Amino acid sequence: MLLALPIAVPFLTGVVCLALRASPPFQRLASLIGAAASVIVASRIAEAVLAEGPFAEQMGGWPAPFGITLAADMLSAGLLLVTSICGVAVVLFGFSEVEETSELRGHHTLLHVMLGGVSGAFVTGDLFNLYVWFEVLLIASFGLLVVRGGRRQFDGAIRYVALNLTATIGFLTGVGLLYGATGALNMADLHRAVAEIDDPRKLYATGALLLFAFGAKAALFPVFFWLPASYHTPSFTVSAIFAALLTKVGVYAIFRTFTLIYPPDTPYLAEVLMAAGALTMVVGVFGALAEREVRRVLSFSVIASIGFMIVALSIGTEAAIAAGVFYLLQDMFLKVALFAVAWLAVRRGGSEDFRLSGGLWPVAPMLGALFLLPGLALAGVPPFSGFWAKVLLVDAALAAEAWWLAALALGVGLLTLYAMARMFSELFWKPRPAAAPALATERPPVPIPALAATLAMVGIVTYIGVQPAPFIAFAQIAGAQLADPSAYIAAVLGGTP
Amino acid sequence: MELIMAALIGLMAAVSVYLMLAGNMLRFIVGLSLLSNAVNLAIFEAGRLSFAAPPFIAEGEKAPTGDVANALPQALILTAIVIGFGLLAFTLVLVYRLYGAFGTVEIDEIENAEPRG
Repeated sequence: MLLALPIAVPFLTGVVCLALRASPPFQRLASLIGAAASVIVASRIAEAVLAEGPFAEQMGGWPAPFGITLAADMLSAGLLLVTSICGVAVVLFGFSEVEETSELRGHHTLLHVMLGGVSGAFVTGDLFNLYVWFEVLLIASFGLLVVRGGRRQFDGAIRYVALNLTATIGFLTGVGLLYGATGALNMADLHRAVAEIDDPRKLYATGALLLFAFGAKAALFPVFFWLPASYHTPSFTVSAIFAALLTKVGVYAIFRTFTLIYPPDTPYLAEVLMAAGALTMVVGVFGALAEREVRRVLSFSVIASIGFMIVALSIGTEAAIAAGVFYLLQDMFLKVALFAVAWLAVRRGGSEDFRLSGGLWPVAPMLGALFLLPGLALAGVPPFSGFWAKVLLVDAALAAEAWWLAALALGVGLLTLYAMARMFSELFWKPRPAAAPALATERPPVPIPALAATLAMVGIVTYIGVQPAPFIAFAQIAGAQLADPSAYIAAVLGGTP
Repeated sequence: MELIMAALIGLMAAVSVYLMLAGNMLRFIVGLSLLSNAVNLAIFEAGRLSFAAPPFIAEGEKAPTGDVANALPQALILTAIVIGFGLLAFTLVLVYRLYGAFGTVEIDEIENAEPRG
């Protein structure tokens, strides 16, 4: 039952938090314990995959492909582990930032239900079940967006809700038509069934619908508009976990679907992914340069990072997919770190708006230094994890003779550095504009839980940058399992790879 | 029969897209629920239309005898209906609160989170 635990533990935590809803201190305790328990579960799964390769469990004892299968390979295990660690960090961070009114309205319950939905999406081996997990995490994320309940939150939420619901309907249509074309829903079984489709139109129609739906979840060009319209409206805690996890679920679904279900040599697939990924990188980084609010800049930087991962998949070699996995996993820590330092800076400076910010450097130089680190990591400056992600990606692109992609990745990295330096300058170096309210001369009390979570995330990103070898090896195993899914299929359907 | 169903699904999808693009959130919701019903019908049709018997297994048998209807699409649709209904209820309440906060449900008049210019 090991594979059911990443789903069961967050749901149980959510229920306990709901039962304790009248008492925020107990909710916080339960929330933290639940998040920590998920880390233990996820590391057990990662250990098992490292030792024996991909493995599967059949829920209810129905043999695959008839029942619901839960399966984990290196990609799933890595994502579960990173998700649970980010979960702990965000719970801890929320202790400092989330208002008690939000906690009384069920912030912790919604957060854990969302984590359960995300974990479910990572371990399910069934395409329709994946749709159900998408809906679970979606409805919880709706709740998290509006739990504060202000005008801005409603406005952001309606855009997020409308566009995401449209995308899930696309997903459901794709699943239905694929079932009509193949008679299969189990993803390992679909690998066989899709290869037997004789009419390429069925392949294109279903593949395009799924790519549209997952692309919208991942905020891929041209269906990313919901993200910068909504990610800056909830609390920073919620923004951080959304940025770390939700788009990544879309990326995971794209990685899984277009390596396992659809053969990578499907006509037009690599070209479409490459074009969409490259445009996502460019649009993301230019959006980040054009925006004038902290979290709107960060929202566009989320989009740019998604482009890198999809471009890695589109190159299609084992090394490139491994680079994509490495990029994906380290980026989750990085996104929590970015939003965390952003909150610390905005809390001191008083505004997210660049027109009302500045002059923080003389009063808070330590904060300024901390603020710089995740930004540098995102741009790919050594010695942070983002550096190795870019090294692996550019190396794989050069090995595949995709020169322009390598050049584009480096160019976008440079522009990201500019965008992050600009944000630093607007918040810290620029003299404080006359319109801005005066800075508090006294230092506000240090928010210890938030600072601890921030330092932990920055520490992880730095550690991966200094000691990259085991993490790269992990990503290479994941890449090999994605490039040749026979071990995953054998684990689900039985038989030997 | 398949053709009639397909045409009906296409018509429903067309009407719902028209409603969803109208820029009024109430119309959007009506369009969305219509679209999800169109998709449910499409899944139903993907399971093949037939006049076969219900998929019951006679006593003492291990498998149904003769032609039986495909029960799986109905299970999928049932799941999708339940989920769709929950999301619809949430969206309705959200639009109601939006109306309370802004006094309008025309999406172009609401630009608090994304101001223009």
